[in-house]
Amino acid sequence: MSNNLSAKERLAIDRVKMPEQDAVERSRNFLEVNLGLGEAMAVREAQRCLLCKPRPCVAGCPVGVSIPEFVGALAGGDLPEAARILQGDNALPAVCGRVCPQETQCEAQCVRGAKGQPVAIGYLERFVADWAMAHPERLAAPALPAATGKSVAVVGCGPAGLTAAGELARKGHAVTIFEALHDTGGVLRYGIPEFRLPKTIIDVEVARLVEMGVTIECNVIIGKTLTIAQLQEQFDAVFIGNGAGLPTMLGIPGENLKGVYAANEYLTRINLMGAGQTDSCATPILRGRKVAVIGAGNTAMDCVRTARRLGAERSMIVYRRGESEMPARVEEIHHAKEEGVEFVMLTSPLEILGDDKGWATALRCQKMALGEPDASGRRRPVPVEGEDFDLEVDVVINALGTRANPLLTATAPDLKLNRWGNIEADENGLTSLPGVFAGGDIIRGGATVILAMGDGKRAAAAIHSYISGGN
Amino acid sequence: MYEVLSNDTLAPNLHRMVVRAPRIAPARKAGQFVIVRCEAGDERIPLTIGDADPAAGTITLFIQAIGASTKKIVAVPPGGFLRDVAGPLGMATEIERWGRVACIGGGVGTAVLFPMARALAEEGNEVTTIIGGRAEPYIILADELAAFSKEVRVTTEDGSLGRKGFVTAELKEMLDDPERAPQAVFAVGPVPMMRAVAEMTRPYGVKTIVSLNPIMIDGTGMCGGCRVVVDGEARFACVDGPEFDGHAVDFASLTDRLTMYRDHEEQCRLAV
Ligand SMILES: Cc1cc2nc3c(=O)[nH]c(=O)nc-3n(C[C@H](O)[C@H](O)[C@H](O)COP(=O)(O)OP(=O)(O)OC[C@H]3O[C@@H](n4cnc5c(N)ncnc54)[C@H](O)[C@@H]3O)c2cc1C
Ligand SMILES: Cc1cc2nc3c(=O)[nH]c(=O)nc-3n(C[C@H](O)[C@H](O)[C@H](O)COP(=O)(O)OP(=O)(O)OC[C@H]3O[C@@H](n4cnc5c(N)ncnc54)[C@H](O)[C@@H]3O)c2cc1C
Ligand code: FES
Repeated sequence: MSNNLSAKERLAIDRVKMPEQDAVERSRNFLEVNLGLGEAMAVREAQRCLLCKPRPCVAGCPVGVSIPEFVGALAGGDLPEAARILQGDNALPAVCGRVCPQETQCEAQCVRGAKGQPVAIGYLERFVADWAMAHPERLAAPALPAATGKSVAVVGCGPAGLTAAGELARKGHAVTIFEALHDTGGVLRYGIPEFRLPKTIIDVEVARLVEMGVTIECNVIIGKTLTIAQLQEQFDAVFIGNGAGLPTMLGIPGENLKGVYAANEYLTRINLMGAGQTDSCATPILRGRKVAVIGAGNTAMDCVRTARRLGAERSMIVYRRGESEMPARVEEIHHAKEEGVEFVMLTSPLEILGDDKGWATALRCQKMALGEPDASGRRRPVPVEGEDFDLEVDVVINALGTRANPLLTATAPDLKLNRWGNIEADENGLTSLPGVFAGGDIIRGGATVILAMGDGKRAAAAIHSYISGGN
Repeated sequence: MYEVLSNDTLAPNLHRMVVRAPRIAPARKAGQFVIVRCEAGDERIPLTIGDADPAAGTITLFIQAIGASTKKIVAVPPGGFLRDVAGPLGMATEIERWGRVACIGGGVGTAVLFPMARALAEEGNEVTTIIGGRAEPYIILADELAAFSKEVRVTTEDGSLGRKGFVTAELKEMLDDPERAPQAVFAVGPVPMMRAVAEMTRPYGVKTIVSLNPIMIDGTGMCGGCRVVVDGEARFACVDGPEFDGHAVDFASLTDRLTMYRDHEEQCRLAV
């Protein structure tokens, strides 16, 4: 295939449309919504790239993937080369190709976006990553360097920990990941649902790390089973990537009624434990006929769409601001709408009402209006007096966000935290403890997969020079 | 994988299992628990660590087989394996020198009580143990508790052993006797029992610690499912507890929340 197209020829190609499962059908199953591009579609989309000199898309990517290079190789039909370039920069491309907010990162910077549609970089990333997974025989096995004799402990098996582990293993260090849960992936597994990110993808990525010699020990809770101090004694360096899992409570009456979930519990039961997917699953979940999800981020979208898949007749987003202020990815909001999710906007919950058996029955709400912009730059929601109303519900899911979990830090008193309880780290991820680095949501608060990976990558480089320096 | 080294039946449906868990055994303190899964796909079940041998790298669990998941766990024979054992989780019992303490156990709660009572005795407290059960076969660990208790009192609902009635009858006598009145009470058992004990000690102003058993998932403070209302505030039993001041606990909402999955449990029971 030729990639010697003129600019005019490239400009004449329209942006590809992602094939997806029919909305009505998919709103009742857990199969992936986006079906992925075929090879011809992907190559053609790649040919839309102008291969421009300034490469603004790369600057828009938090891990600096060599976008024009991998897209260029794809446009020329050289899939192994495209995969080699992509995998060299990004440890979890099949994940990022599915869950990154490309529209605000690389694609937002794409020169073609100035007049028309940017190149579908996310779809192309997914295509190349999936191709690589399906064709391991076409890729050169990564040559591992000789063992350095140095060892690193990684706390947490989410994107930050997985990335750091991969980078360090590639340098020949012996890496052990300690994970509190019984399975790998962090939020990728317990939070993000199958219909957005199939679990087999996490399995393949994790298997690749294990092949590279990384040891993964599940069921080890750092701070409880082992302390940071013990890890410091037993390893040459430590990377903490334990995420920000502590749910924020609603703080309204009725929160303890039956039928009221924090998003983490709801998603964990379903994604990690398989609740609701087969009748015989040991872990229970309340399916809910009328489900209200409070919040409008990615977590809220995942909950509301999941509730729909578990059979809810009404599955509603309740959000105190307006549609344009919703923090979730545009694609997810769009998909949710197509699947019949209702958006109850400018509405704030006041109380959850229950029956005499302790079950939630209604969400008492207050109407809001948008006032002046607040510190976040978004218009502040202000209550409209006298406009309270009750929304009939049987399940309420609180998706207000999460904070740092103090479980680990409480047992490492010398580890410096900021005022939100997140670990303080410098630009290399170094914490106040010697040889202890941190990254991902635990230093940023709830952020994104790619930022967590970027942190893991940077910290791994710093750890490598730290332990190689003979300290 | 965690090897089951022994598995005996102490009472009807109540098993004592010794499990190899070399990292947990040395880290654990009285009052803490583990989360167990028998095989992939199973529910995550919280179980108190009844005892541990750090040198041998083993922990002891006391398991009452009540539903599908606990039945599956107790069915693992010696030499068999549990897929996941994670812990130790929860806060350790705050062991102080109270003076005289009453340790009250009901049913399998007696097993949960056992490490607390021993730690209290080792700290120099004078421990009076009260254990209750439906009938004689359900009274467990009486000899083990007697080894460090000043006395062990037994109550059974049918009168087949010890005093006929509930543990609260024995407690009432202690509270009213200046010679025996405890400075602190530790109660572990079914929610109605812990509630009754807390209500009884309240007018006496005696510190009362209960060990709560809400439904848990992760056990690390991540899911919020184990929240209980203590002093009007939501607390997570897995990280803030499982022990709380019995006088501050909202037992009514705990009782309610424990019935959340009754229908599902019914289905699972029919399936086994
Ligand atoms: C429902 C949901 C949807 C999301 N959707 C998107 C999306 O579409 N796109 C996007 O970019 N981002 C999304 N995010 C955010 C993204 O998932 C996180 O920013 C990212 O996972 C953070 O990675 P991490 O490695 O820092 O932490 P985590 O993924 O949280 O992983 C931390 C791991 O550490 C383990 N751990 C915690 N404490 C301990 C301990 N003491 N000892 C041992 N192990 C421990 C945890 O069990 C977990 O496995 C979403 C988040 C949620 C909750
Ligand atoms: C911190 C903690 C420590 C515990 N320690 C022990 C222990 O040492 N030994 C022991 O036998 N049990 C212990 N439990 C209780 C044990 O976890 C439950 O009995 C078990 O989860 C029931 O699972 P199942 O599937 O067999 O029964 P299910 O079929 O799920 O439930 C049967 C009945 O038990 C109730 N139930 C469900 N989950 C719980 C729960 N977490 N606690 C209490 N009742 C529940 C249900 O409402 C139902 O009525 C502990 C619980 C907690 C939270
Ligand atoms: S069990 Fe999940 S927060 Fe306690």
